[in-house]
Order: sequence, then structure tokens, then C-alpha cells
Amino acid sequence: MAGVPAAAPARVRPPALPRRLRSPLARFLARRLLGLVAVLFAITVLTFLIFQAIPDGDPAVRMAGRLATPQQVLDVRRQWGFDEPIYVQYARTMEKILDGSVVSYSQQIDVESQIVRDLPPTISLALGAGVLWLVFGVLFGLLSAMRAGRWLDRALSAVALTGISMPVFFLGAIMLYWLGYRWGLLPLGGYVPLTEDPWGWFTHMLMPWIALSVVSIGVYSRVLRANLLDALGEDYVRTARAKGLSERRVLVHHVLRNSLAGIVTLWGLDFAWVIGGGAILVESVFDLGGVGQYAAESIGRLDVPPVMVITMLVAAAVVVIGALVDVLYAVLDPRVRLS
Amino acid sequence: MRLLARNRFALTFGVLFVAIVLACLLAPVYADDVAHSGPNANHITATVEVGGRRVDVVSPTGVPIGPTWTGRFLLGADANGRDVAVRLLYGGRNSLEIAAIATLLTMLLAVVFGTLAGYMRGPIDGLLSRLFDVVWAYPAVLLGVALGVALAVGGLDLGLFTLHSGSLLIPAFVIGIVFFPYVAKPLRAQALSLREREFVDAARVEGRGPASIMASEIVPNLASTIVVFVPLIVANAILLEAGLSYLGAGVQDPNPSWGTMIADGVRLIPGAVHLVLVPGLMLVLTVLSINVLADGVRDVLDPRAVGRASVSAIGDRQGRL
Repeated sequence: MAGVPAAAPARVRPPALPRRLRSPLARFLARRLLGLVAVLFAITVLTFLIFQAIPDGDPAVRMAGRLATPQQVLDVRRQWGFDEPIYVQYARTMEKILDGSVVSYSQQIDVESQIVRDLPPTISLALGAGVLWLVFGVLFGLLSAMRAGRWLDRALSAVALTGISMPVFFLGAIMLYWLGYRWGLLPLGGYVPLTEDPWGWFTHMLMPWIALSVVSIGVYSRVLRANLLDALGEDYVRTARAKGLSERRVLVHHVLRNSLAGIVTLWGLDFAWVIGGGAILVESVFDLGGVGQYAAESIGRLDVPPVMVITMLVAAAVVVIGALVDVLYAVLDPRVRLS
Repeated sequence: MRLLARNRFALTFGVLFVAIVLACLLAPVYADDVAHSGPNANHITATVEVGGRRVDVVSPTGVPIGPTWTGRFLLGADANGRDVAVRLLYGGRNSLEIAAIATLLTMLLAVVFGTLAGYMRGPIDGLLSRLFDVVWAYPAVLLGVALGVALAVGGLDLGLFTLHSGSLLIPAFVIGIVFFPYVAKPLRAQALSLREREFVDAARVEGRGPASIMASEIVPNLASTIVVFVPLIVANAILLEAGLSYLGAGVQDPNPSWGTMIADGVRLIPGAVHLVLVPGLMLVLTVLSINVLADGVRDVLDPRAVGRASVSAIGDRQGRL
């Protein structure tokens, strides 16, 4: 991760590259793209193998139904190609995923259009929660560092540690019970599209946003506090103080600016994670009907194709947004080299 | 002075954690001598005396009794008339056992692979680092749930040893694998810089082989980082176990765990909020006590906090569930 200086790798003469790949940015992007393909390949193979390894997981038996005759099971197996060698099945599934024609085993729904339908709640969740945890995480971390050792720092540290220790599904259930059921302040889960009813959208999303951001607010404020306190010992801080700047100005304009880098990396990865459907528990607890919930339900049904597509989506989001964050760094901070 | 106060705070939570562990280990004693009920014993049709009146354990409409604050059904009953306090302790035992085994596995994998990758460099490092990346970029929870469901349905047959479906080792195994890259990556980075130090050169000049150098020169110097990571992995393993169990991919019914207890309780929450509150608060308290303890340990052992950001990032990924 950026910020932690890794030991210098052995210098190797780079192989000759085509002219257009000589710019560091192009080379960086090309390498990341190759990495993405490799990661996606490994991940899909892994997912496929995991589901193949399930002893009672024969999809033909489940698809043929409970009352199927052996002949019907055989028919399904042949029709779907489950009798072929595993690498043929894998190749065929990947081919269908890439040309967009893959369907789920249960009910034979087109997987990719289902995911597109499920994206709005997931994107709403990621955007709202992402803003919440970034703003409050930075705010709490900054306040904590400014008042290090005093009661405000202790109070905020206690809040942060409690947040880190909070399982989202427990927090979600408790909020649903009191805020939704007992006091009737907020709706009991579900999702309302922003375009249909903006207020309804907001009230439905409020609890999921809070539940999802509590942990991250805790983590971000702890990380930022630690980074800020570390950075306060650096030479440039002494210089800034010697110039006669106020302590607050030193902290906000000099130290915070340097410490935000790590937070932005973390934020990029977390955001990618939620966008890709990684927030399985929050989506399920609040019945948002997003990509994560689709993943959870598909896994429960041992339905391989949607699980493959969604794991690819999450991994791709993490890799792509990670690369974007690194490029952003290099643009903002000339000391950072893309490597 | 501040350090001392802080450590006293950490110490208090450390004591709390030890108390929780002891209570969970003593679950059978509590079940036999106080509650007179096993963790899976149903008492749907039984009655219990509360304040001089006899009350149904589970009302005719299916609402279980809340906390009685007396020996039997101290913390209430669940929908099957099972004693929540007894299940809480047995569930805690399961959760803690799983977390302990998972942490052991994570640390073992991370130390072996991290040291190998960092010390050997070259193609071995390349291969292992790609492995870390794949497990790391793989949606950890999806991996956990997928492996959990897969193994919970069928068990695992590796030839050498078999895991039966329903075994506690299955979630432990899954969690151990999910977390290892988070520890292996910082260990690799540290091994990478350690191998350039003079004492390693000296060992090399003595003619010792890589295995011996790694075991006696590199790994001992990773110890403080390892110690910093252990409580964090334990805390997050407990949380992930609860999450997996909540989704039905962890501990399998009728075995209790805090996650399954919450999942069962959510269905009945309108009439019996204690079913969610009791295991939930216990979970938060346990994880919190480990986190506070970990914070204190980190302050003492590692003032410069090697890779502090990555330490916290585990907690964060976990929360993303």
C-alpha cells in the first residue's frame, strides 16, 4: 500500500517496448490491465472449482425438480452440458459470460440483465455510505488528533472502537427494530427508486447508509489519527511551526494533506467493494434487492453463473478503482512514481 | 503517565475478555448446575415460575419468554423453548474455538508464505504474491460464503482427512484462508527488508542455508508484528464467523453460535427483542474487549506501528461484509 515504503526491487533492465508504451502511465495501465485479466481468470476458476467440489451439488438434479425421473435428470444434464469435462464447462460458461448470454441455473434468468436491474440500490448504498464514512471518518480522526490525550479524543476513540467492533447485521436489526418497528420513524427495509420518489428513496436508504458506514467511520478515524500523530514528528512540521503558523493551520494545511493519501486509497477500495456487490449483509438485512443480496441468494441456491459474474464484478471494481487511485496520486503528488 | 492510564484501560478490557472466555468454557457447568438444561434441549410446552406465577416458556402464540433473571431462563428462551443463557455460553465457546483455530491457520500460512516470498524473492515471491493478490481481490466474504456453503452442504474429503458437514472446523478453515493475505503482505515486506541486514549476511557467510536463516534469523524478528496482528485477527475472525453463521454458511443448526442466534432471533424480533440483543451485545462486548486490548498491546510493542494502516484495513474489509 502507498505510504509504506517497500524495499527497492532488484533493478532489471526492462524489455524493449513498443514506442507508445514508453510513457509511464501507458505502461502502468497496460500492466494493471494484464494483472486484472490474470486475477479475473484465477478468481473465476476458483469459484467454478469450489462449486464443482460440492458433493451434493449436481445442478442437473436440482434443476430437474424433486419429482424428476432419472431420464429427465439425464436430459437436463446433457442439454446443459453438465456431462462434459470440467474445463469444457468452464470455458463454455466464461464464453457465455463474456458475450452476455449467461443464464442462471434456477429459473433460467438472464444474469447480466438481472444485475443491471439490481444496480440502482447498490449504487445508492455505495454513494451515500461512502460520503458518510469519508466525511465523518476524517472529521473524527482530525478532532481526535487535535485533542490527542484529552477527553474529546478519548470519547471519539471509544466511539471508534465500538464502531469497529459492531457487526453490521446486529446494528441493522437493532435499528430496524427501534427506528422502524417500535417508533415508526423509518421504513422497514426495501428500496424505492430515486426517480420515483426522492424522499422515499432517502428514508429507505438512511438506515442502510448508517449501518454500513459505522464500521468504516471507526476504522478511518483511527487510521487518520495514527497517521496524523506520526506525521507531527516530521521535519516539515517543525519548519511550519518555526515559521510561526498556528498549530491548527499546521495540522489542517500541512499534516492532514499528507495523511489523506492513505485514507483515499482505503476509501477507493471500500467504495469499489460495495459497488461490486460486496455489501452482502447490509443489503440482505435491509432487503434492498441489490447486487450483494442477489449474490447471497444465488450462493444459497448453489447457482454458479450469477456468483461467477458477481465475484468478477467485485474483483474488477477493486482492481480498476485501485488503479485509478494510484494514477490520481501520481497526478497529485509528483514524488509518487507509478510502478 | 498517559501510557499507564491507557494500559490500565486496556488491562480492564483484557480482564473482561478473559472473564468471557472462562464463562464460555464453563458452559457445561452452568447448563448442569444452574439452568438444568442443555444447549439444544427444547422446553416448548414447559412452564417456569417467575415472581410466584407460572408462565409458559413459549406462549401459545409462539412468543418465547423474556429474561426471568433467575436460574432457569436467566436471559429468556428462544422459539423452541431453549434456554438463551445456556446457548449463549455454548455459542460463545463455538465462536471462540473457531476464531482461535482460524487465527492459528492464518498466522501459520502468513508466516510461512510471507517469509518465503520476502526472503527468497524472485519467481517464488512472484508466484506467492500473485496468490496473495487473488485471495485478497477475491471478495473475501463471497469466498467465505461460497466455501462455507459448499463445505457445509457436503463436507470436505481431502483424502488425508475428512471434514464432516456441520463440523466447526469448516468455518475455521474458511476464515483462516480469507484473512491470511492481510498478514502475509506486511510480513513479506518486512522480510524483504530484513534480508538485507548485516546479521542475515553474517548467517549467509557462515554458510547456512535459506531454511535455517529464515527459521532462526527472519521469523524471530517478525515476532512483534505477529503479536500485533494476533488479537486483530481473533477479533475479526469472531465477527466474520458471526457474519457467515448469520448467512447460514458458518456454524450449522442446531449448534449454537452468536451469529446463528442473532439470525434466528431476527425472525422473532417484534415479540422477543432479547433474542437479538443478548447474543449481539455479547458479540460486541467480546470483540470490543479484544480491540481495546489490541490497541494497548500495539502502543506498548510497536510505537512506530509498522503498517498500521494495513492493520486497520483488515477490520475495515471485515466490516464491508
